[in-house]
Amino acid sequence: MDLDDTSLSESGLAATGAATGEERILVIACGALAREILALRDLNGWTHLDLQCLPAKLHLWPDRIPDAIEAAVREARSRYARIFIGYADCGTGGLLAARCAALGVEMMAGPHCYSFFDGNDRFAARGDDEMLAYYLTDFLVRQFDAFVWKPMGLDRHPELRDMIFGNYQRLIYLAQLDDPALDAEAARCAARLGLAYERRLTGYGDLAAALAATADR
Amino acid sequence: MAEDDDEIILSELSDEELVPQMHDDLYDGLRDEVVEGVNILLGRGWTPYDVLTKALVEGMRIVGIDFRDGILFVPEVLLAANSMKAGMAILKPLLAETGAPRLGKMVIGTVKGDIHDIGKNLVSMMMEGAGFEIVDLGINNPADSYLDALEREDADILGMSALLTTTMPYMKVVIDTLKERGLRDHYVVMVGGAPLNEEFSKAIGADAYCRDAAVAVETAKQFMARKHNQLAGAR
Repeated sequence: MDLDDTSLSESGLAATGAATGEERILVIACGALAREILALRDLNGWTHLDLQCLPAKLHLWPDRIPDAIEAAVREARSRYARIFIGYADCGTGGLLAARCAALGVEMMAGPHCYSFFDGNDRFAARGDDEMLAYYLTDFLVRQFDAFVWKPMGLDRHPELRDMIFGNYQRLIYLAQLDDPALDAEAARCAARLGLAYERRLTGYGDLAAALAATADR
Repeated sequence: MAEDDDEIILSELSDEELVPQMHDDLYDGLRDEVVEGVNILLGRGWTPYDVLTKALVEGMRIVGIDFRDGILFVPEVLLAANSMKAGMAILKPLLAETGAPRLGKMVIGTVKGDIHDIGKNLVSMMMEGAGFEIVDLGINNPADSYLDALEREDADILGMSALLTTTMPYMKVVIDTLKERGLRDHYVVMVGGAPLNEEFSKAIGADAYCRDAAVAVETAKQFMARKHNQLAGAR
C-alpha cells in the first residue's frame, strides 16, 4: 500500500476493509503510526487486522482525541470482532484512557509514542536524565516541517526558536528503521533547532508486543 | 503612492482610534508599533496603569480568546506576548513610581522534571499585567523550591505548570508536602498545562484548574477578593 505522509498528517487513513476471517480486528491509530503498524501486520501475517488512522495532526489539539476516537469506534464497532486503539495517553491527561475504558476497548500503554517505541519501562527509567531532550520518530523526521518547523512558526519567525526550544539541549531521534537517509535528515533537523544530535535505534518497541497480544489472541 | 495612503500614522489617531489599533497591532505581533502606541498614550497624559490595562492587557485578552478558539496558534501568541512584553518594559518603572493597585503575590513555576515554560510565561505576564506581583521560579522545580519561595515571599498564590503527562502528577507531591507541613490553607493553589483538566485538579487537591492565562487571571482575582472579604468580615 502506498502511504503518503501528508495525507496521514492531514486526513488520516480509511480502513481498507481488506481483513479476512471471522475474528476481524480493527486498529484505530494515529496517522504517525500507520507505516509501523502495517509493517508489523505484514511481517506477522495478520491478515485479519485492518488499520484505520486518524489524522496525525490531532496531536496539535490533544483534547480533541477522545471524541475523535469514540466516533471512530462507534462507527466501526459492528463490523469487527475487536477494536484496539493505537494511541498512548498522548497529552490527554488520562481522558483517553477513561474514554477507552468506557467504550470497552484497549489502547497502547504509556504516555506517548516516544515512550512505547523506546519501551515504556526503559523510558520511565531514564527519568530526568532526558528532561532536556526533544524527540523525533521516523514519521516526525519525515514530517519535521509540517509538524514542528511550520506549526511553531520558525519558517516565518526564526527569532521564536529560543522561546520554544531554548530549554532543550539535544534532539534524540528514536529510529524505528535503520535508515541512513532518515538518520542524516534527523541530524539536519537537530542542526536547524540548534540542538546536539543523538540517534537511538528502538525498532517498534512495545508497539510490536501490544499488537501481537491483540492480533494473536 | 497608494501604499503610503494606506499607512496608518499612529500619532494622528485619536485615543478612541488608537487603542483598538494597538489591540490589532498586538494581535499581529507588531512590537515596534505597540511600543510606539504606548509612548503616544503616555505622551497624551494617560496613566501607565490605564495604558497597561486598556491597551495591552485588553489586547492580549483578545489574543487569548482566539488562541482558545483555535483561530490563533502558538507562534502568533508568542509574537503578541513579545509585543506586550516590550510595552510592559516601558510601563513597569512608571507603574512603580505612580503606584498601581497590587492584587496579590503569586509564586509560579514549572514542576520537577519538566522544562516547558511557554504557558507558564504567558500566565506570569498576564497576571503581572492584571496587577499581581509575580515570583517566577522558572522550570524543573522540586517541592522545596516552591515551599521556600512561598514562605520567603509571603505569597498568596501558588501556580504550578506542567506540559507532560509524566510530570503533572508531581503537582500532587507539592500539595501533599504543603499539607504535611500544615501550610495548605495558607495559599491558593492554581494549576495549569496542556494535559491537565478539572478532574485532575480536583483529584490532587488544587483549588483551581486554569485552562489558559485569562482564566488564571480571573480565578486569581476571585480568590483574592474572597480573601479580602473574609479578612474584612473577621474584623
